[in-house]
Formats: sequence, C-alpha cells, structure tokens
Amino acid sequence: MFSGKVFGALAGAAIVALSATGAAAQAKDKIKVGFIYVGPVGDHGWSYQHDQGRKAIEKALGDKVSTTFVESVPEADSERAIEQLARTGHDLIFTTSFGFMEPTIKVAKKYPNIKFEHATGFKRAPNLSTYAAKFHEGRYIIGQIAGKMTKTNTIGYVGAFPIPEVIAGINAFFLGAQSVNPNVKIKVVWANTWYDPAKEGDAAKALLDQGVDMLAQHTDSPAPIQAAEARGKFGFGQASDMERFAPKAQLTAIVDNWSDYYVARAKAVLDGSWKSEDTWGGLAAHMVVMSPYKNMPDDVKKMAEETEAAIKSGKLNPFKCPVVGQDGKEIECKGSGALSDEQVLGMNFYVKGIEDKIPQ
Amino acid sequence: MRFELTPRTNASVGMRVLASVAAFITAFLIAGLVIWIMGRSPVAAFDVYVLQPLSDPWAIQELIVKATPMALIAIGLSYCFRANLWNIGAEGQYVIGAVLGSWLALKTHGTDAGFWVLPAMLLLGIVGGALYGLIPAFLKTRFGVNEILTSLMLVYVAQLVLDYLVRGPWRDPKGFNFPQSVTFDPAATLPPVFEAGRVHYGAVFAVIAVLVTAVVLGRTLFGYRLKLTGDAPRAARFAGFSSRATTMAVFAISGGLAGLAGISEVAGQIGQLQPSISPGYGFTAITVAFLGRLNPIGILIASLVVALTFIGGESAQILLKLPLDLTQAFQGILLMCVLAADALVSYRIRLTTRGGGK
Repeated sequence: MFSGKVFGALAGAAIVALSATGAAAQAKDKIKVGFIYVGPVGDHGWSYQHDQGRKAIEKALGDKVSTTFVESVPEADSERAIEQLARTGHDLIFTTSFGFMEPTIKVAKKYPNIKFEHATGFKRAPNLSTYAAKFHEGRYIIGQIAGKMTKTNTIGYVGAFPIPEVIAGINAFFLGAQSVNPNVKIKVVWANTWYDPAKEGDAAKALLDQGVDMLAQHTDSPAPIQAAEARGKFGFGQASDMERFAPKAQLTAIVDNWSDYYVARAKAVLDGSWKSEDTWGGLAAHMVVMSPYKNMPDDVKKMAEETEAAIKSGKLNPFKCPVVGQDGKEIECKGSGALSDEQVLGMNFYVKGIEDKIPQ
Repeated sequence: MRFELTPRTNASVGMRVLASVAAFITAFLIAGLVIWIMGRSPVAAFDVYVLQPLSDPWAIQELIVKATPMALIAIGLSYCFRANLWNIGAEGQYVIGAVLGSWLALKTHGTDAGFWVLPAMLLLGIVGGALYGLIPAFLKTRFGVNEILTSLMLVYVAQLVLDYLVRGPWRDPKGFNFPQSVTFDPAATLPPVFEAGRVHYGAVFAVIAVLVTAVVLGRTLFGYRLKLTGDAPRAARFAGFSSRATTMAVFAISGGLAGLAGISEVAGQIGQLQPSISPGYGFTAITVAFLGRLNPIGILIASLVVALTFIGGESAQILLKLPLDLTQAFQGILLMCVLAADALVSYRIRLTTRGGGK
C-alpha cells in the first residue's frame, strides 16, 4: 500500500550486503509464486491490481506455474505470513506494500535460494529485488486535463499521506495543470489513509464544498470519484479503471499495471535468468497505463494523447528543469535536463504556486 | 410459549470442562460443514488449521509469538472483568505503553547507553499503560462516567498520538518522510529466548503474569475482594471493601500488563515504531479472556487457541486457498459456542407454555 520508494542517499547504507548465495542460474520446469497483500483483494485499488498481476501470471504461464496469495496481512505482523510462503515451496514471493520491507529482508536472509520481490521499498539483497512505478507521469497528464477543463480554476486533490511519492504526484499534477492554465489553484486534503471509503468520501465532499470542480485522488477507493459523480463534477480513477463507479465523472484513470512485470519476473525464475534488480517503470514500460480518455472535448483528449506520447518517447519529463520551489528558488538540477530519480523519490517540497504547506 | 432460563445449582467443575470440549467440537463441526459446502475437504482443513501447526516446531514458535501479547493483555483484563468492570480500551493502553517505552529507546538511540535501557523501557511501558488505564478508572470513580465508553474512546486517542509521533517528531530523519521511527539499537531490543528464534522474552513475562495472577486470585485477600466486588457489590461494601480503590487497582494492573505487551511487541517483534503496531490485540484479548473464562491458566490456553486460528487461517489461505473471511468467521463461531456452552451449564432451559405477560 505504501506506494512510495526511496533510495538516493540511503542506497549505500540500505542495500543489505548478504554473503553471495552462489545460487547459480538454474532453469525450472514448474514454479510456485506467492503474494502478500496488505488489503483485501476486493479493494478495487492497490491490492486488487496486484491480484490482477497474479492472475496474469497464471494466464500467461499456464501449468508451469501455480500461485498463492495471503490477503489483508497487517504490516506489523507480516513476517510469519511471508515465511509461511517461503516454507511451503514457493520459488518467487512478491510482498506488495512498503510496510513489508523489514520483514521481507529478514525472511530473504533466511531463505537465500528463494527469490523475493518487494514493491515500493528501497532495501535489496542478492535474492531480493525492488520494483515500483512512475505514477507521477500519469499525474502530469491528468493535471493538464484538469487545468484545461476547470471552470472555477480550483482543483481538489485527496492525498493519502505526505510521503515523497504522494508529494511528487501532487507536484507533477500541478505542473501539468500550470502548463496549460497559469491561473489554476490547487487545494489538498489529507485523508491519512490509503483505503477508507468513508474518510476519502468526506475529504472529497469537503473539497467540492469549497468550489472545486475537478478532483484528483491518491487514495485507493472509488469514494472520491463517486462524490464527484454525485455532484456532477469530474475526477480521475486511481490504481484501477473506476469507470463503472463513475461513468460520467471519470475523465481517465491512472492504472497500475503489474501484469507485464510479474509475468516477466516469473519467466525469469523459470528460465534461470532472474537477478536482483531495482525496477522503476512508467508509461513507456507499461507499468503505468492511462485508461481511455472520456467525457472531455476532443481538443483536450488530443492534448492528453500527445502528452502521453511525448512522455513515452522521453521527449517530455514532468520534472524537467528548471523546477521552482514554493519559495521561488530554483531546485538544483541533479539529473540531465530534469530532476534526478533520487530527487523525485525523496521529494519533500511543493513547487511554486501551491499555496499550501506539507504537513510536518 | 417462551424459553425460560433457570439457574442450575449443581454445575460441577467436570461439567464445565466437558462443556468447553463440547463447544470446541461443535465449533469445528459447524466450520467443517461450511468448508464442505464450499466444496473443500473438512478433513484437510482440520489438518491444515490444527494438526500441522501443532506438529511443526517452527509453527509452535510462531504460535507462542502470536499468543504472547494476547495472553498478557487478557490476563490483565481478567482482573477488571472479575470485578465487573469493563475495560474495553486495552488496545489504547497497549499503544501508550509502547509509546512511552519507545521514547527511551529513541532517546538513547546511537548512544552507548548500557544494559539498563531495556529494563527501563519495560518499566516505562508498564507505567504508561497503567496511567492510561487509570484515566477511565478515575472518571468512573470521581464522576460516575461509564468506563466502557471512556476506555474505548481513549483507544482512538492513543492511536492518533502514535500516528502523530511517527509522522512527526519521532520520524526517522533519514527515512525521507516515511512514517516510521529508526530501528531500535540492540540495547533497546528484547532478545529472543532461544538463539536465532523469534520467541522473545515477552512470552516469559506472559507466563510469569499467569502464575502470579493464579496466586493473587486464589490465595490473597485482594483476589477475594475482586470476586466479591464483582459477584455481590453490596456485600463487598458491607465488608468494608472500597469499590473506588478496587476500580483504580484493577485498571492500573490491566493497563500495566497491556502496556508491557505493547513495549514487548515493539522491542521484541517489530523493532521500531510504526503507525500501526497491533492488529487489534487489545480487542482480541477480550475474546481470549472470556474463552479462558477469566481463569489464568484458561487464558493461557485460550491465547494459544486463538493464535492457532490466526496461523491456521494463513496456512489455509496458502495451502487450501480458503479465504481469510472464513478464519474470522471461525473465531466468532468458536466464541459463540463457548459462551453458549457456558450458559447451558449455568442455566437450565425450559420451554414454558404458560401465557407469560400479555
């Protein structure tokens, strides 16, 4: 659930040095793949999308693979569930929330011959990879759409927690909106939860009451976009395509697509080519997918498609330099022509024009 | 026509034990039926839920780890419940104990403070939980406020305090805004009982709490006072027992043990503070206390049984692809059966046809 990920300054210290396992690449005929989910598979958001990835493995690899999942695993008590998967003959184990980081490291040390994959974390080992997605690329696109379509020039944003990934998402969203509408303003409400339809819905209503006519969300339930639908306003789906919850309000959705990655990693274990890696893919890698652009005028749709293509081809980076902070000072540009990955992954500032403060 | 409950005067100890066994068998039969309707083998389910965990040394260790906080909290709750005082807020006392104990761990982090850190942390955990437990007790004795409401609502206050601390002042400064504290130093970590195992000293504390409680309840005047206050409050008053002092004492004991469970879990199992440090142990412990019939040994057994349903539930998801909801339903069925069996032993059910009332 903690879809946030950091390495940067931490990388050196954090990559846990394990004795080389010497597990020479070995092809296998049939493998077992296990998943640990933080929420119920039916959340229609974060865990649901990971489960779609699990099903994609079964579909792609047929009888060469069998899969298992354990759902609603509390982060503070997850070590046992992870170890259970390791002990029951699973060859590849995905732990799909930031809070599973320490337990995954501990279990990975104990079982050097099993491959582990931890979503959104920053600690790796010879048998433990990390992976996450550049959702902020999609957020730049929906920012442009919202900036173009807003009539009140005020956009609402329901955030989960002020962690770097969410902050980077707000910045990318606002930079997108600003690029097409210099007068746009943004209001942020923190729900302090990843999944709590009641709280998320209340946050959305509070924003709508303040005259917001476009609603973006970085929480996992369809409640915010449903609130937009009920008031005849617009919103964007999160994690999965939420069109069926808000057929009139959803302009597009930023869909987490783990399927391609999961299938590729399972194949790598089958043919013995699996290596410990850090993967951070975006629109180009198909880890982030925009659901069909709907309920918008043709010119807005065309603009969104062009932006999507530009980001995919690498022509456009949402954090291209210069990026100006809230205080009007330019942020040091550590990447080539754009902020570096480390700067984005550890983002802890708002860009200029956001009249709000990050809760500390 | 209606049912009437009349108390039995001759319910023997043997009958009560037999009723417990019957309750367990009934619960397993009901669960087996559900599993059979779902098209799976109830025999295989019983094997995965119960037999495998009990025949595997690793699973037995995990059982103890999981049972430890529940046993500690439930033992504390038994003091309150025996005196007919309803402390529903053990979850909050657990959190505050963990917070106060962790304060020292974070304060001494990175210094070479010695061996005294850990005992001091445990002590702070107990003090924190006890003080937090005393709030509803004070409100009850001073103003007559219902302790069920205050203790329950203070749970949310405690959780929000923890939330604030790990997102704010106690956040790991090198953690890029992620809501968690630094990982505790070895001096602030509760060591495993066996080399490289996961069972930490919290389990030992739980056993000590059980033994001490058995003596206190069975052999001391205080134990007698509790029972009397619970069963016959008027008689207790005539005997000169102060209900105010009893209320304060049991809430302090109960909160203190919940606090000890909290700091043991954080220093032993988790190793750092996080926004969530308990999957509801404080509430599950209420079930455990009643499953164990408020008897110390019974509670120890009940905590292991409930831990077994958690671990068996995970195995069932992995090996039989049975949903998590089934595990939670089974816990409910088990409690209902035990309480029903208890009622049937204590009371006789009679169907009367006399037109009662209107």
